[in-house]
Amino acid sequence: MLCQNCGKNTATTHVKTIINGELKEYSLCADCAQKMGYGSLFSGLGWNIGNLLGGFFGDTPAASLNTVRCPGCGSSFEDIAQSGKVGCAECYHTFYDKLLPSIQRIHGNTKHCGKQPSGAALQVKPAEQLQVKPETELERKRRLLKEAIEVQNFEEAAKLRDEIREMEGGKQ
Amino acid sequence: MKKWYEKSGAEGDVIVSTRIRLARNRKEYPFPAKLNPEQRQKVEHAVQEAVMDCLSTMPQKFHFIEMADLSQMEAVSLVERHLVSPEFISDRRGRGLILTEDESISIMINEEDHLRIQVMQEGLDLQKAYDLADRLDSLLNGKLNFAFDERLGYLTQCPTNLGTGMRASLMLHLPALQESGTMNRYAANLSKLGIAIRGIYGEGSKPTGAFYQLSNQVTLGLSEREAIANLKSIAMQLVGQERAAREAMVKNIETQDVISRSIGILQNAKLLSNEEFMKLISNIRLGISAGLIANISYDVVNSLIVEVQPATIMLPGGEKLTPAQRDVLRAKITSERLATQ
Repeated sequence: MLCQNCGKNTATTHVKTIINGELKEYSLCADCAQKMGYGSLFSGLGWNIGNLLGGFFGDTPAASLNTVRCPGCGSSFEDIAQSGKVGCAECYHTFYDKLLPSIQRIHGNTKHCGKQPSGAALQVKPAEQLQVKPETELERKRRLLKEAIEVQNFEEAAKLRDEIREMEGGKQ
Repeated sequence: MKKWYEKSGAEGDVIVSTRIRLARNRKEYPFPAKLNPEQRQKVEHAVQEAVMDCLSTMPQKFHFIEMADLSQMEAVSLVERHLVSPEFISDRRGRGLILTEDESISIMINEEDHLRIQVMQEGLDLQKAYDLADRLDSLLNGKLNFAFDERLGYLTQCPTNLGTGMRASLMLHLPALQESGTMNRYAANLSKLGIAIRGIYGEGSKPTGAFYQLSNQVTLGLSEREAIANLKSIAMQLVGQERAAREAMVKNIETQDVISRSIGILQNAKLLSNEEFMKLISNIRLGISAGLIANISYDVVNSLIVEVQPATIMLPGGEKLTPAQRDVLRAKITSERLATQ
């Protein structure tokens, strides 16, 4: 599709606007978008090129079984590159290294130095959050065993050891 | 109660209004583009409930609007009043709006991000608008726990908003700079400084009425305070240049003639298209600032511009009008509002 402003270049930026009471959508090339103040929305991301390539080569890269997907929302990096939209907060952790060059290009910087939500320092990182799973019965018994040994309660420890053996045996 | 767009404020000859917008997301849900319409509805209700609960301690009164329940006319009018984005009304399912009575605070739910907190003020008032947005944000964060990363700041659907998630904008009236044909050059230079300028009304590169929006583009690596200071300093330079250009321009008898004819037409016309109205009302604003028009204030002009926009003009009657019927009504309202004793 050609730019609706100059009619020369390929349109890469899509703008929604209200003209005379009607919702209108139009497509602009990077140059015209820049001139009209819409430029920084997507140009400079370098992702539009990915989008075009995606169109030419079909979905070969995304179809691979080894594609890394975000555990939060299931997006692959190709999904993000094609839409220009990140799937969820977790995507930023999953694809941090891949997203960073684009972020650097947009902002000229990659370190936040504005407002911190109150109590931000105490916030748990998603990676750490994953470890705080509810304890299984087996894990509970192992913890109790360790504690029993520490306080030299060998009677209790022996009982726990047997129970654990039984549980592990039952699994096999 | 007067709406913010019915008033004028500091530097009101050039700066029509100020807007601060914060993009925020909840950690628990995928960003809006990843939600199907049903999920979007669920997220909308969860966010709406939490927000309304938090805001009950604020002195302002907030009400909730289910976007899907509005007529197309009402939805477009929200855009014309600068309360929501065109994107927001392009698909209204699972989207909601929270609004104060004077319409100076609005929260879009499920636009590009789960929440878009917006504060509008008349004239130049970045600090006041930011302080209010900041307070709302802190209050809401207590309950909603926004997605945040130490390195990347507030996490947003589009990486262009990462960091502060803050977009500060000023609506400027720049008839003299537009007339001088230098706007394109300004736009190119400003983009190098991380600031964008674009026309607000009309299509593409020739904005009707010379109204422009100036806003920061960089949100990562700059604090809110720095971004606001940059925007303000650039805006004040533009204001200075606009005023100097106006001074030279209005000495010209031809410009004075254009202004006088414009007031004559607006006070007496029987048919006014939106485009003609915007062109002429821009001349009126210029005339007021040059002291060529007395008895008409910026408040009246600012308020009228919103009142006669194509969808907003139909709201009081509640009926859909043809463009020709709107032109009759626009001429009638304009002549009433601009009648001088």
